[in-house]
Amino acid sequence: MIKIENVEKIYAKGTAKEVVALKHINLHINKGEIFGVIGLSGAGKSTLIRMVNLLERPTSGRVLVDNKDLTALDSKALRQARKSIGMIFQSFNLLSSANVYDNIAFPLRLDNDYSEDFIKTRVQELLALVGLSDKAAMYPSQLSGGQKQRVGIARALASNPKVLLCDEATSALDPQTTNSILQLLLELREKLDLTIVIITHQMEVVKECCDRVAVIDGGTILELGDTLDLFTDPKQQLTKTLVSAAVRRGLPELLRHTEIVKEYRDGDKAVVELLFLGPKADAPVIVEVAALCNVKISILAGSIDHIRKEPFGLMVVEIGGNKEKIQNAIKELEARVHKVEVLGYDRRQQLAELD
Amino acid sequence: MTAVSNWLSSINFAQIGQLLYSSSLQTLYMVIVASIITFMLALPLGVFLLVTSKGNFYEMGFINRIIGAVVNALRSLPFVVLMVAIMPITVFIVGTRIGTTAAIIPLIVGTVPFTARLFETSLRTVSSGLVEAAQSMGASSYQIVRRVLIPEAMPELIQNCTITVIVLISNSAMAGMIGGGGLGDLALRYGYMRFRLDIMIATVIVLIIMVQLVQMLGDYLSSKFDHR
Ligand SMILES: Nc1ncnc2c1ncn2[C@@H]1O[C@H](COP(=O)(O)OP(=O)(O)OP(=O)(O)O)[C@@H](O)[C@H]1O
Ligand SMILES: [Mg+2]
Repeated sequence: MIKIENVEKIYAKGTAKEVVALKHINLHINKGEIFGVIGLSGAGKSTLIRMVNLLERPTSGRVLVDNKDLTALDSKALRQARKSIGMIFQSFNLLSSANVYDNIAFPLRLDNDYSEDFIKTRVQELLALVGLSDKAAMYPSQLSGGQKQRVGIARALASNPKVLLCDEATSALDPQTTNSILQLLLELREKLDLTIVIITHQMEVVKECCDRVAVIDGGTILELGDTLDLFTDPKQQLTKTLVSAAVRRGLPELLRHTEIVKEYRDGDKAVVELLFLGPKADAPVIVEVAALCNVKISILAGSIDHIRKEPFGLMVVEIGGNKEKIQNAIKELEARVHKVEVLGYDRRQQLAELD
Repeated sequence: MTAVSNWLSSINFAQIGQLLYSSSLQTLYMVIVASIITFMLALPLGVFLLVTSKGNFYEMGFINRIIGAVVNALRSLPFVVLMVAIMPITVFIVGTRIGTTAAIIPLIVGTVPFTARLFETSLRTVSSGLVEAAQSMGASSYQIVRRVLIPEAMPELIQNCTITVIVLISNSAMAGMIGGGGLGDLALRYGYMRFRLDIMIATVIVLIIMVQLVQMLGDYLSSKFDHR
C-alpha cells in the first residue's frame, strides 16, 4: 500500500544548517497493516511519516501510495491524492472556530461536489463511528483530549481514505484514553480496511496494536520486524533499550544485589529467563520439566503481558541440580517455551536451603 | 458661580447641535468609507505578507521583502506628512485635493500598511499545525487562507479592525484641517480660531463617544467569534 523507495531528506540543503533527516530509506507497508515507527527524539520519525502524504517533499527518492507515485504528481493531483490519506496529530489540530460538526465536514467541503444533505449524512455516520453522536454542536474547547482525537479521526476518515497516518496521536492522552483510541483504531482497521502508520514513543501503543515495527535512528531504519519478534528478541542495543520500557527483561529485583557469575562451577544454580508465548503461556511447564529432569526449579519473578492480544509471559527461574541435569532441563525447557536465556549462575546456597 | 451660569446661559445649544450634526456626519462618512476600503485592501495585503514569508506555505522571500519594505516605509511617515505628500495622487484619483472625499485617500493610504501588519500578526498566531492538517486533507492555499487562517484569527482580526477604525477617527480629525471637514475641522475653526470653548468641549465629547462605541462593538463581535 505504501512504498518508500530510496528516500532521502535533507533540510536546508547546501546551507550551514543542513540536516540529513532521512538517509536512503526503503520501506514497504502492506495493505491492512498497522505499522509502527519508533525511535528517539530527532531520529526522523515525523519526517518519515510526513513523506507519506508529501507534507514534506523528499530530497530524492520516490513515495508510492496505492501504486501512485506521489512525487511525480503536480500540486492539484497531489491535493487529490492526499484525500485518500488521512492524518491525525498529537495536538489534534482542530479548528477552534468551528464546532465538531463543521470540523468533520471540513474536508468534505473542500470539494464543491457534495451537497449539504450528503455532508450531513456522512458527518453523522462518522460521529457514530467514533462514538460522538451527541457532541456535534460542541466546540473543541469543550471536549476532552480523547474526544478531540476522536473528532480528529472522524475528520481524517471523512473522505474515505485508504491510509491513516498517526503522528504521536496518543502522546497527549492519559493511558486509559490512549487505550480507547487504540481500540478504536483497531476496530476501524477491520471495518474500513485501513492501512495505518503509527509514530509513537509510547511502547504500550506499539505493543497494543502494531503488526510490524521499524526502529529508526539517525535517519536510517535500524531494525524492522514483527512486533512480537522485536519485543521478544530485539537485536540492536537501541531496540533493546526502547523495548525494555514496555517489557522488563533480565535479572529480577530479588537478585539485584546478588553476584551472578557467567561461569558454571559445581553446585551453582542456573538463573534462567523463560519466555512463553501464545496458548502455551499457561501450560504447567515448570512442574513438568522439574519432574522430568529431576531438578529443583524455583520461580524468582514472573509476569504475564500481551503483545497484540497474544499472551506473553516472562519468568525468571533458578534451576538447581548437577551440571548435566541443569543442561538437560534447559534443553527440555527450550522445547516447551518460546525462548530460554541463561542469565548466569548463582553461587549462594541459601535459596536452596530455603526450599 | 454666576460666571459659570452666565457662560452656560450664553451657550447656543441649537447652533452647536446643528454644527455637531453636520460635522459628525462628515466624520462618519470619511471614517466608514475609509474603513471599508482599508479592510478590503489590508486583508489581502496582510495575508500576502504572511503566506509569502519565510517558512510559510507560499514562501516567496524576495517579493515578500520588497512589499514588506514598502509597507514599512509608508508606516514610518507621520499622517500629516503623508497627507501632504500624496496630494498629487489624491488629485489624480478624486479630481480635487480639498473636501471630505479627497480626505479619504490619505486616510486609506495612511492606514492600509498599518492594518495589514496588524492582520499579518494576527494571522500568524494561527498554529502551523492547523495549516498542516488542512494541507493533509488536500486543501489548496486559497482554501487554507479562506477556511483556516481567517476564521481562526477572526477574534483578533476584529480587534485589529477596532484599532483601525479608532486610528481613522483620529486621522480624520487631522484630515479635516486640510479641508476635509468633520469634527476635527469644527474643533479647529470654532474651538481654536474663535475661542468657542463650548464647541470645543462638545466636539471632544462626541469623539469620545464615537471611540467608545466602536470599541464596545469590536469587543462584542470579537467575543462572539471566540470559541477558544
Ligand atoms: N523543518 C525542518 N527544518 C530543518 N530541520 C528539521 C525540520 N524538521 C525536522 N528537522 C530536523 O530533522 C531531524 C528529524 O526530525 P523529526 O521531526 O523527523 O524527528 P522525530 O523523530 O519526529 O523527533 P520527535 O520524537 O522529537 O518528534 C531533526 O534533527 C530535526 O531537527
Ligand atoms: Mg516528531
